[in-house]
Amino acid sequence: MSQAINIFRKELKDYFLSPIAYIVICIFLLVTGWFFYATFFYYSQASMRNFFNLLPIIFSFVIPAVTMRLFSEELHAGSYEMLLTLPVRLGDVIIGKFLAGVAFVAIMLVPTLSYAVCISFIGDLDWGPIIGGYTGAILLGGAFCAVGIFASSMTRNQIIAFIVGMVICFTLTLIDKMLFFFPASMVEVVGYLGAGFHFENISKGIIDTRDIVYFFSVIFIALYGSHLVLQEKR
Amino acid sequence: MIHVEKLTKYYGNLCAVDQIDLDISKGEITGLLGPNGAGKTTTMRMITGYLLPTSGDINIKDLSTQDDMLAIKRLIGYLPESAPLYHNMLVFDYLDYVARVRGISGQARMARIQELADLCGLNDIMHKAIGELSKGLKQRVGLAHAMMNDPEILVLDEPTSGLDPNQIVEIRDIIRRIGKEKTIILSTHILSEAEATCDRIVIIDHGCIVADGSTEALKKASGQEKTIDISLVNADIDSVRARLGSIVGITDMEQIASTSADELRIRLCASGNDDIRRPVYQAIKETDWILVEFSQEGKSLEKIFRELTKEQ
Repeated sequence: MSQAINIFRKELKDYFLSPIAYIVICIFLLVTGWFFYATFFYYSQASMRNFFNLLPIIFSFVIPAVTMRLFSEELHAGSYEMLLTLPVRLGDVIIGKFLAGVAFVAIMLVPTLSYAVCISFIGDLDWGPIIGGYTGAILLGGAFCAVGIFASSMTRNQIIAFIVGMVICFTLTLIDKMLFFFPASMVEVVGYLGAGFHFENISKGIIDTRDIVYFFSVIFIALYGSHLVLQEKR
Repeated sequence: MIHVEKLTKYYGNLCAVDQIDLDISKGEITGLLGPNGAGKTTTMRMITGYLLPTSGDINIKDLSTQDDMLAIKRLIGYLPESAPLYHNMLVFDYLDYVARVRGISGQARMARIQELADLCGLNDIMHKAIGELSKGLKQRVGLAHAMMNDPEILVLDEPTSGLDPNQIVEIRDIIRRIGKEKTIILSTHILSEAEATCDRIVIIDHGCIVADGSTEALKKASGQEKTIDISLVNADIDSVRARLGSIVGITDMEQIASTSADELRIRLCASGNDDIRRPVYQAIKETDWILVEFSQEGKSLEKIFRELTKEQ
């Protein structure tokens, strides 16, 4: 486990060595800030519901961009070979990189706390949905990071990793809004698979174990999938 | 130290390494030679645990790669071909990271990094990004990476490929310096390098070992053939043939191209254990020919290599 922490430290530091981290954070804040405040004053409600409603869609393309390099870059440059011949387990490598991705998402979310603070000055803000929303955002971010890592482990091309990751994340986000395409017998199952559905539950401030189990299942399945893919390469 | 038995690796249907047996003892510098695609890199990757063998066993200090891979990785330092490092990291940050992963903590870490910087000559570039370094410097950072935990076994894949002659000499010096107390496996294309640095040479072709032994042993095994080139002034080929033809041990004599018109260049082939240099010189001394060049050459490693690995 200490090896996972070493990898985590290195990967997180790596993010902030290159300008990409700052660009991604800026784009994220611009897009969320614009869409949130553009409609905020029409509703004259002191809540961040609109912000959290947007989050799954925005995460669907921002997070694959954050995670696309984690394995693809190493596979492309060959540094993966040097990494794996150090005394580390493959599992430690995957967990370390996953945690670095989640930490990056958390750092990206920190500036948005200022929205909550601003709103609390101008209205009577209910903090329950805010806490739930951020908890959900981290869980959703974790699930999408795991999916992004899975996409990244499959190819040495970062663009392909990004597109594959984005397609899977968008599918998870939108599938519960496309239920009218499915036969009635499948509606419930497919609806349960949607990340958007579970995220909405949590962001209402209701923390239900079923939703938490869902996110941890996605994380586990995607990371285990990466492990299988990378093990197969040996 | 390293015991490899019936090691085989298939990539799909392609057999990269075919039932290799190899024993390497402590303190030996072993050179793996072979044409491109012969299976050198694949063999090294399996020994270091990057690839898993299709079948066969690797035991290192009585640890098996199947059960104790983590313990084996602690014993081995590995430098892959052309040192693929993280380009955006600073040299110091990179070495610090490797030291942490290698489990060197606190004060010892700084001391070890300093030691390696001195050994590999990295002091001036510690705060440069790895991507900005020249190939030779990158290779030195890679060597520092491989030697971080003072490993008992060093595996170096083409440590001098793509370097200029000065850099080759530098890297070779470093290898020789650390080779005194370590077991080293290195692969190379440069035969003279293998001859100069390795105690033992293993030639691999099409995934099989075709020759194994010290340079001398390889030369002995491939026959005693020697050639002597002489250049004479004031002589003609017929009289030379008449005079030297009677010497025991000379199997063949031919005239070869000469750089100047009045010099006669002749190549004598000799076999067996007879030293023909003395009788040849005696025979020339009795005439009024002027001897301007006299050199003997054993069979070169290059020739042995070509004979063993040429395409069928």
